[in-house]
Amino acid sequence: MATAANQAESGLPEAPEAIVVRFAGDSGDGMQLTGGQFTLSTALAGNDLATFPDFPAEIRAPQGTLFGVSAFQINFGSRSINTAGDAPDVLVAMNPAALKVNLAALKPGGLIIADTGAFTKRNLDKAHYEANPLEDGSLAKFDVLAFDISEKTIEAVKPFGLGNKDALRSKNMWTLGLALWMFDRPREPIHDWLKAKFKSKPDIADANIAALDAGHAYGETAELAGPVKQLTMPPVQSEPGLYRTITGAEAVSLGLVAGAQLAELPMFFGGYPITPASAILHHLARLKEFGVTTFQAEDEIAAICAAIGASYAGQLGVTSSSGPGIALKTEAIGLGIMTELPLVIVNSQRGGPSTGLPTKTEQSDLYQAVYGRNGDAPMPVIAARSPSDAFEVAIEACRIATQYMTPVMLLTDGYIANAAEPWKVPDPDTFEPFPASFLEEPNDGENFLPYKRDEKGARPWVKPGTPGLMHRIGGIEKHELTGNIDYSPDNHQRMTDARKNKVEGIVVPDQDVALGETTGKLAVVGWGSTYGPIHQAVRRSIAKGCSVSHIHVRHIWPMPKNLGELLKGFDKVLVPEMNTGQFKTVLRDQFLVDAQPLTKTSGQPFQIAELEAEIAKFFDGIDGNEGGDVSVNEQQLPSPIAEND
Amino acid sequence: MNAPAKIETTLKDWETDQEVRWCPGCGDYAILKAVQRTLPQLGADPKNTVFISGIGCSSRFPYYVESYGFHTIHGRAPAFATGAKLANPELDVWLVTGDGDGLSIGGNHLMHVLRRNVNMQIMLFNNEIYGLTKGQASPTSREGTKSPSTPIGSYDHPARPAAFALGSGARFIGRGFDVSKNLPDVLKAAHAHKGAAFIEIFQNCIVYNKDVFNDFAAPKGAEDRQLWLENGQPMLFAKNTKGIALNRDKLCLEVVDVADGDWESAGVIVHDVTNRSVAHMLIEMPFGEFPMALGVLYDDPRPTFEDAVIQERKMASEGKEANLAKLLGKGQTWTVSGTAQDPV
Repeated sequence: MATAANQAESGLPEAPEAIVVRFAGDSGDGMQLTGGQFTLSTALAGNDLATFPDFPAEIRAPQGTLFGVSAFQINFGSRSINTAGDAPDVLVAMNPAALKVNLAALKPGGLIIADTGAFTKRNLDKAHYEANPLEDGSLAKFDVLAFDISEKTIEAVKPFGLGNKDALRSKNMWTLGLALWMFDRPREPIHDWLKAKFKSKPDIADANIAALDAGHAYGETAELAGPVKQLTMPPVQSEPGLYRTITGAEAVSLGLVAGAQLAELPMFFGGYPITPASAILHHLARLKEFGVTTFQAEDEIAAICAAIGASYAGQLGVTSSSGPGIALKTEAIGLGIMTELPLVIVNSQRGGPSTGLPTKTEQSDLYQAVYGRNGDAPMPVIAARSPSDAFEVAIEACRIATQYMTPVMLLTDGYIANAAEPWKVPDPDTFEPFPASFLEEPNDGENFLPYKRDEKGARPWVKPGTPGLMHRIGGIEKHELTGNIDYSPDNHQRMTDARKNKVEGIVVPDQDVALGETTGKLAVVGWGSTYGPIHQAVRRSIAKGCSVSHIHVRHIWPMPKNLGELLKGFDKVLVPEMNTGQFKTVLRDQFLVDAQPLTKTSGQPFQIAELEAEIAKFFDGIDGNEGGDVSVNEQQLPSPIAEND
Repeated sequence: MNAPAKIETTLKDWETDQEVRWCPGCGDYAILKAVQRTLPQLGADPKNTVFISGIGCSSRFPYYVESYGFHTIHGRAPAFATGAKLANPELDVWLVTGDGDGLSIGGNHLMHVLRRNVNMQIMLFNNEIYGLTKGQASPTSREGTKSPSTPIGSYDHPARPAAFALGSGARFIGRGFDVSKNLPDVLKAAHAHKGAAFIEIFQNCIVYNKDVFNDFAAPKGAEDRQLWLENGQPMLFAKNTKGIALNRDKLCLEVVDVADGDWESAGVIVHDVTNRSVAHMLIEMPFGEFPMALGVLYDDPRPTFEDAVIQERKMASEGKEANLAKLLGKGQTWTVSGTAQDPV
């Protein structure tokens, strides 16, 4: 797409490859719904897309306030889209607070669509505006389309006899109608959705449809001045197949269902309400026909303990939470490691510490995942890089848990959980099954040894109810074969080693390079939801002539065996992450590599431009490099790579 | 579901090769024997029997019973047991907990397993002290208990396990004590109850809280201090010379004298195990003024949690096909063929 520089002062680009729209309003204005439906129509139009819902932790924050602003951003285009977009081209502001909170993000020359009906004295005061920004010239560097959406909505739904308050609830549909016109989208799918949603209240459905149609007609017939014209975005060239949109929470749920099927096990899911992880419980609660039992426990601890109890009895135990809830589960995770039972723990990370930022995204639970337990308690950790990637990653978590008899932590984050993207629906027949096996006969001549390991280091899984194999397990250190209580020094040494070796010996695929050459000047190494912005920033930097590659790590623990060698092929390693440098520390520890941190903890994803600027600092003479080549940080660990240079 | 076939076993079949590690003279030995004596009488099948415990002296119990056993973490045994029971409702689950494990760190889970009514036997060994950590006051310690953590005497008001259980919605409350010959009968009644059966077992910690229950558990004078309840029988004790009656003016229980066995004219109540109000009064009877109520105090089953879960899964699955391919392609989809896009 055109860069901000040559597009400023000229309104929207004539024929953009991609465009970013942000809908912003009060948390009661239905912006998430508007965004969701606009996403659907975008997907149906064949554009690639990525979304970023950004909403407050309060369900109904006081109306009109700055902290009550809810936004939904979508980036869509006729080329491959990896991020929700740095800066919106279009900002729809349903009230002054929405304008104030989101204006800084808008591109210079971008378009503001504002509802003048909501720019009242009262609302301006609440947003701490001294003068009406729509009238005082402060928005001169943007295109502004301001008119009374509220009034037009009331007018459109008048025939349905709704009071003003109820009528105004259709404001979001009016706005959606206008947006559908702007991007030349059919209204029928939204009509169908409204009819289905308000099946029992046809009046409300009709009122919303009328508002939607009125917004669309306004675009079509009104003499909209310069900035607003209809844009048609050609479909993206995608691989042929069946597509749908999917959020990370949906993808995790479907991946777990698929993983349980591939393991040939019923699934038991223990959960407790927490943002942003609850969506997984909600999805799975509706999939009982797939042999899924969902259990809303009395607390986070009971949720994981019940899941371990179910694994003990022969099902695939799964639990899910977010940082603070994972903290509560920690002791039970240790028991799962000690008793060597399969378990999948999904952590939808959010801003921390403590309650932190419940609805904002962060990657700051990496230490918690890799190191955060008492004792030497090794546990595999894998991370999803995007909403659709979470599907495969969830299957991988089920595979490792059941094949190696171990708890596995799957990391996603608030961004992945809520964001949507198109997904090519996979064919389940192409998945490799990994049936779980239960021991039914003694495994040592006539004797049964509950901790006798197989070639993978895994102990046998025995269901209670199996004749002749009665045994006792628990959290106390146990004899390396019989599993009986054994505190002896040599035995504890051997058991500690066995647990460590088992996890370190887990077979994970070799690390590939996502973009760029396998050796070079700079490797940008990421994990989790930073995939999109890193990928685009590296793509742009390569185009500028930089010797830079993108490496994205799925298997956080144990790491791919070739990763150390791969990193040694680069002069410098830059690790962007949404924390204070946790993965950077793990990489340094594992490979003695001089990994440089690039950190962000604002609760917002990285922007492509900020990563691009940071990459440029590593290259002399490249546009955007103002500080010259980056010198090695003196305070960091001695680097074998630097010495090799 | 058919009742599982009864299996013939002896006490010996329920003993493991593990060395029992309780202190010599601990009340836990007697409870272990009572359980191992009861299991053959129930026709229990070792392969379907699971003992699940938390942490503490009592929670070592599973290691000593030749069945499946899971020694979990402090206070959380009810949650593990709930998961195991939902995964396989055929398992015969016995939960072993203590006053600290079940009422302090694990009070929340105990409350919820009782209110949900998961079918299992819950044995709470109450010794009114933390034994394994060397004798601190526990949530059931009486006011004034001197311990390393309460050198001048505890001053917090003790929890009452049976009252807690009833308040949490338990539908079976039994009571016994470690060396009582009647304990197996209470265990059998608990096992026969379909649902969460709560049994408070007074247990003598001979090291840190020795003989704290002697005022009613000591053999000498026991008949004057123990009220063994039996369904359909009058509440008599002290060799049938005393009984429990309802004071209708004050709406509370009282001890009445029974002359020549004529309990009816003395107004002695006939025990009805399904009477929740009377169960509450029996549990709350202050010892001293009253005898200690023992046996089956309350037994009134209602549907179990696991039955409801199974029922829900059945209803939710009815007429639905577990087709993964269809599930993955659910919702609004579109097809990309070559370069054209067709909504479907």
